[in-house]
Amino acid sequence: MNLKDKLIKAFQETESTLSFQKERKDSIRRLEEFGFPTVKDEEWKYTNLLPIIKNEYALSASESLISKNLLDEYILTETETNVIAFVNGEFSHELSDIDTEKITLCPLSLAEKKHSTVVQNYWGKALPEHPDSLVALNTALSKEGVFVHVPKNTVAERPIQIVYFTTNISSDLFLQTRNLVVVEENAQVQITERHQNIDQKEVFTNSVTEIFAHDNSLIDFYKIQNDKRNCSLIDNTWVKQGKNCTCTVDTFSFGGKFIRNNLSFLLEGQYSESNMRGITLIGVNQLVDHHTLVDHAVANCQSNEMYKGIFDDNAKGVFNGKVMVRPDSQKTNAFQSNNNLLLTDSASIDTKPQLEIYADDVACSHGCTVGQLDDDALFYLRSRGIPFKEAQAMLMYAFANDVLSNVKIPELKQKLNRIIAEKLGVQIDIEV
Amino acid sequence: MSEEEKILEEVTGADYKYGFTTDIESDTIPKGLNEDVVRLISSKKEEPEWLLNYRLKAFETWKKMEEPDWANIKYNKPNYQDIIYYAAPKQKKKLNSLDELDPEMKKTFDKLGISIDEQKKLAGVAVDFVMDSVSVATSFKDKLGELGIIFCSISEAVKEHPELVKKYIGTVVPTSDNFFSALNSAVFTDGSFCYIPKGVKCPMELSTYFRINQAGTGQFERTLLIADEGSYVSYLEGCTAPMRDENQLHAAVVELIAMDDAEIKYSTVQNWYPGDANGVGGVFNFVTKRGICHNRSKISWTQVETGSAVTWKYPSCILKGDNSIGEFYSVAVTNNYQQADTGTKMIHLGKNSKSTIISKGICAGKSEGSYRGLVKIQKSAENARNFSQCDSLLMGDKCGSHTFPYIEVKNKSAKIEHEATTSKIGEDQIFYCNQRGIGTEEAIALIVNGYCKDVLNQLPMEFAVEAQKLLAISLEGSVG
Repeated sequence: MNLKDKLIKAFQETESTLSFQKERKDSIRRLEEFGFPTVKDEEWKYTNLLPIIKNEYALSASESLISKNLLDEYILTETETNVIAFVNGEFSHELSDIDTEKITLCPLSLAEKKHSTVVQNYWGKALPEHPDSLVALNTALSKEGVFVHVPKNTVAERPIQIVYFTTNISSDLFLQTRNLVVVEENAQVQITERHQNIDQKEVFTNSVTEIFAHDNSLIDFYKIQNDKRNCSLIDNTWVKQGKNCTCTVDTFSFGGKFIRNNLSFLLEGQYSESNMRGITLIGVNQLVDHHTLVDHAVANCQSNEMYKGIFDDNAKGVFNGKVMVRPDSQKTNAFQSNNNLLLTDSASIDTKPQLEIYADDVACSHGCTVGQLDDDALFYLRSRGIPFKEAQAMLMYAFANDVLSNVKIPELKQKLNRIIAEKLGVQIDIEV
Repeated sequence: MSEEEKILEEVTGADYKYGFTTDIESDTIPKGLNEDVVRLISSKKEEPEWLLNYRLKAFETWKKMEEPDWANIKYNKPNYQDIIYYAAPKQKKKLNSLDELDPEMKKTFDKLGISIDEQKKLAGVAVDFVMDSVSVATSFKDKLGELGIIFCSISEAVKEHPELVKKYIGTVVPTSDNFFSALNSAVFTDGSFCYIPKGVKCPMELSTYFRINQAGTGQFERTLLIADEGSYVSYLEGCTAPMRDENQLHAAVVELIAMDDAEIKYSTVQNWYPGDANGVGGVFNFVTKRGICHNRSKISWTQVETGSAVTWKYPSCILKGDNSIGEFYSVAVTNNYQQADTGTKMIHLGKNSKSTIISKGICAGKSEGSYRGLVKIQKSAENARNFSQCDSLLMGDKCGSHTFPYIEVKNKSAKIEHEATTSKIGEDQIFYCNQRGIGTEEAIALIVNGYCKDVLNQLPMEFAVEAQKLLAISLEGSVG
């Protein structure tokens, strides 16, 4: 049985136990009708999903546990944070460390019971009317995830860490995770998210995150993608912004064999700002695909986009950034840049920065470069006694630093520094 | 309405100047397309067997293809059975000199501002004039013949130089390339053919003028230009059509071949009828243009696109040879309800190949302009270099401007830069001019001209003047 049929069958079996029956039924119908995207779809032109969906997956795994020490390897430990952890798709009480009264942080399944009005009001509301098959699949089958609710005039002092573990699984696993983040007026929150497989078996995660930023709110969302090389991830993030708020989503992609990020912002209130940044540093047999969409539906908003990619060995990078300025969204400022370094001839990058503009009083620009390290700069460093490898690493590090310097959690910045140094295979102690 | 808006309105509300029809009896065949029509066209042109087979094969391919709809344009697809595929101005005998030309037709030339005699004497431009699919006059043929340059209509070339045509036709744009190239290959009626022999620098600009005159006809011309080793040629192409309510179809194929060390400069000023201010009528311009560069050769496309209701056009370069160079300079102006989806493809295969893309879009009224480009660096293209710049200028808040650049890189030594901006004429820029005593209207003219300068500078002198005039007509009465 192919994956699509298997998913539809699984839906029919569990259908009656799930909430949001109507939405889920509509969604599974979409999957049934359109199936998984192929390279013939413009949005998937450069990324072939077929090898991933060809595999045999189990759709759930039995409960399991990991040790607290193992958890600490993957989270920030020095900063005071709230940790919410899942193992094999189920919420883990033992690993989670939630100590907050001001905000609500709990698994989505619990929130459906305890905070049903909020969930009813927001669940699925940031998604487009006709989502693609993968988002539809998640809507139909997702059972668990994170629910964050920051009430009015509240600053969540501790960052929230979300970790999804998979371990002790008997066969390859296909997971649907779903996060719902609601940040009310004048509220503020920082969130990190990570998917981590500990097992030898393959894991394929299809995740949907909905973020609602109300007026005057401030949200920083960091995605750390440094999973094992046998993992695939499709990460769909939909952000809806009100007036005068700022939302930033930073994506750091180092691990996994296949990562596709779909990041969409809808600006519905004036004077708001959307930021999206990313560092991609990948090598052998890895693929990272960033698809971003900023929809300027109202006037006077601003969006900034900065993605840096370094591609070694036979890595494949894809970038597609779309900025849409609707009629009458005057005084829009949209800036987009995508810079790429290719380190070998077998690495490749396909990039498509796209502007669709229907208003005249706008300043929109995009810049895109593909190149390699400057020989003069390398020579300069080497002539001062820095070995080739370190010199190369320093330059790449400087290249990525534009993005890194914007990270607001110091410990996270250090951790990312370490990951980058490790990936570049050098010891550099530059602290920024 | 503010002062600025009023002027913009005035500026963008100009009518089409070339809207006259020439009253010449023409020889047409019934509407519709089937195998018999293809055979009829071929027999009317007295073509050899191989070309008929080429056409029939293309027609078979076309029947299996679907009209593409990926471009960012909306239009009612033409009914391909409701088009006349052959319309020749009726002329019984062959002309010996231009003086024998039908006086009505001479008037057409004059109105177009390309009086053949004038050009012959003053500008020294050799012109091939194609009206409703058939080439009617080629000037300066003898003079070019002395150098061994062949410049004639493609039907003449089929008769006189079949070996060249047979060798090169369809090598750059295969019949199965796309829907419109297949259609063109099946029904093309005329066009220009040019061959520059080894080491010859063509002493004058070669020029073709295309005009759709007959109602309900399509223009399917085919241009084949071969620059042999070490040669140079500059080629100009101009297009107009009279006002018609219904949409006319123009589906041309242009193939350029630059052998080792050759250089081709291909300039187009396209001014097909864009439809009236309400978006009724106009020409559908679906053109496939492509050139192939061998070692150390260069192809440079320059285009000024002001006409057509719908434009679908991507002049491309296949940089096959080492050290080859491809260039693309474009100004695309859309006004009223015009739609343009245009850009280029640069396919880098050879080492040290270089390409430059400068695209300037100007959108006014309720028009939509899109830049769509592909830069592809293959593994074999060591040290490939590309610079792309696409800017859009918006005049008015009802128009739309879009960019779809595709960049695909498979070689680490490639250096690719791409930048794009979208903006309107700044109030501060206009204020700066006003302050210095330049009226708002002149200021807009000045800014638009400056904005397009990078591209207009690439055009040969005579065309640069015409292009500026066209920009003026498209955008206002006095931009000059």
